[in-house]
Amino acid sequence: MMDLQQFLFLAIAAFTGLSAVAVLVSQNIVRSAVWLLFTLAGTAGVFFLLGADFVAATQLIIYVGGILVLVVFGVMLTAQGPFVTMKVGAAEWVVASVVGVLLLGAIVITALRGPWTDDAAPQMEDPERSASSAELGMSFLGVSQVTPPAKLRGIGLHHPFLLEKTEQGTKPASAPERKQMAYLLPFEIVSVHLLVVLIGAAYLARAKRRRGVVT
Amino acid sequence: VFFLAVRDQKTVTDFLSSRLGLAHSLAVLIVALIAAVVLITFMLLSAIFFVWLERKVSARIQDRLGPTRVGGKFGWLQTLADGLKLLVKEDIIPTNADHMLFRLGPYIALAGSFLAFLALPFGNNVVAQNMNVAVFYMLAVMSSEVFGVILGGYGSGSKWALFGGMREAAQVVSYEVPRALSVLVPVIVAGTMNLNTVGVMQTGAMWHWLVFHDPFTFGAFWTFFTCGTASCKRAPFDLAEAESELVAGFHTEYSGFRWLIFFMAEYGSMFAISGIAVLLFLGGWHPGFLPHDLTEYLGPVAGNVLNVLIFIVKGWILVFVMMWVRWTLPRLRIDQVMMTCLRYLLPISCVLLLGVSLWQLVAWEYPVLAYCNYLLFGLSAAFVLYTLWRLLTTSSKETPTQLMPGAWGALQSKVP
Repeated sequence: MMDLQQFLFLAIAAFTGLSAVAVLVSQNIVRSAVWLLFTLAGTAGVFFLLGADFVAATQLIIYVGGILVLVVFGVMLTAQGPFVTMKVGAAEWVVASVVGVLLLGAIVITALRGPWTDDAAPQMEDPERSASSAELGMSFLGVSQVTPPAKLRGIGLHHPFLLEKTEQGTKPASAPERKQMAYLLPFEIVSVHLLVVLIGAAYLARAKRRRGVVT
Repeated sequence: VFFLAVRDQKTVTDFLSSRLGLAHSLAVLIVALIAAVVLITFMLLSAIFFVWLERKVSARIQDRLGPTRVGGKFGWLQTLADGLKLLVKEDIIPTNADHMLFRLGPYIALAGSFLAFLALPFGNNVVAQNMNVAVFYMLAVMSSEVFGVILGGYGSGSKWALFGGMREAAQVVSYEVPRALSVLVPVIVAGTMNLNTVGVMQTGAMWHWLVFHDPFTFGAFWTFFTCGTASCKRAPFDLAEAESELVAGFHTEYSGFRWLIFFMAEYGSMFAISGIAVLLFLGGWHPGFLPHDLTEYLGPVAGNVLNVLIFIVKGWILVFVMMWVRWTLPRLRIDQVMMTCLRYLLPISCVLLLGVSLWQLVAWEYPVLAYCNYLLFGLSAAFVLYTLWRLLTTSSKETPTQLMPGAWGALQSKVP
């Protein structure tokens, strides 16, 4: 008999997949966006099922917010009439299919070649005990060990911020000191990149004024 | 039994699966269903109560009586009468409407509001799902509630509804930022996003509540509450339904049951926002004058029931404040709403976030700063007492002649 987790996974996966198909099939741009919302919410559901609450909530807050903007743009662009329904040409179908099949192939190959064992199979976890965002931050800083190991040094256990304050002065935290590797630097680089992209987008989208015209 | 099912899910699940011989997954499902039913019942019952309260509060603020007949002296059953009227009302879908989106809108709004309740602890461990990132999760699902409003607004095929939906989108996308930033302030102090842990941390007297922890959490409470009011689209931020400009905004074309669902979602999210505020700032389920949790005095059952009651009453008080604000302040213009957010609330919340980070570092060096909470609590208590004293000692008998006593009762007037 199928257990609860398998059943829930199948239900959510079917829901996500069907919504993804509906994104492609529907002609109305706003409806497409709505189906996209359901697809991404379904993905968040899978994350919740695996006990990755932080990732799931991030998925919701980012994509629902993102789709919100998409819908608003959809409404603004389609309000004129000719764009209410989208016509897709044959060439676009071909290009999109090729790209889609290539991406699917890449994902399937990666998934098949991964070092999966039976105990690495995802389990429905107790959200109370699942890895929290605090642990995420700790492993970014290099306080707790991460797998796969990073190539860069983290702050480690001997950093002054982690020292416990006692009456005799400071003493190192009780755990043994070891060389900690962390992903903090790559993470920060990605964050700064993202910030630059955001500022660039805001710059491009600003209200343009022609030189010499006083408005 | 319901209460136990919510509080000790493990125990009940084990009981069902071992004693009664049910499959484990079935037991999990049953417990989850019970928790969901309890929560949605609470949400709908409190919506019924809030509708009545809103009528009464608005009436008293406008110097009227409000409902007085249905169900006895105070019109207790007015909401039921309203509900019956809405249920028998004709359900209209405009010809121009996008039928799928029009039908979908209210349900998405209600789902967003209800999902937030799953992670809201009503007492110590009285929570449907004790999540590690409960605050974050609640903010995430509550931001999807707005999606229903926008879909409803777009799907109605009416320009008023469309304007309402667009305004709502602009407003919510903007207000989400300061709301999240001001939630981070108490989260930094508590060091966790688990609402249950944050609640347990505030055990004890009122000055242990996080709102009094330092000047920055004190400020964050006000910015959070303001942004929360705006994200529940309550006046003075109810631009999405501005009657004087947009007929009824996003719900212009809705009638009957679908309209009712929109409003249940709104009242539900008002309580959810108030619940977050109570847990993060106002001591959660603690009464504020006892040194320990109530369960230590009264035992697990009575103590937990009282905890839940205290939490609910605190949430209701904050909802009452939202109503008070709604019927006191005039509605802002849309550009004023955006300016309030982007030019004031956003910088303020950024400063609060930086400030509290610095405070945590400095307080580590100078333990004397840990006494700041007594100062803040003293000042707030003094302010509240002074206001009460002013209210009670100002005579209401100096009514200007030829005017009815009432709203003018407490004010001196130069009108002869």
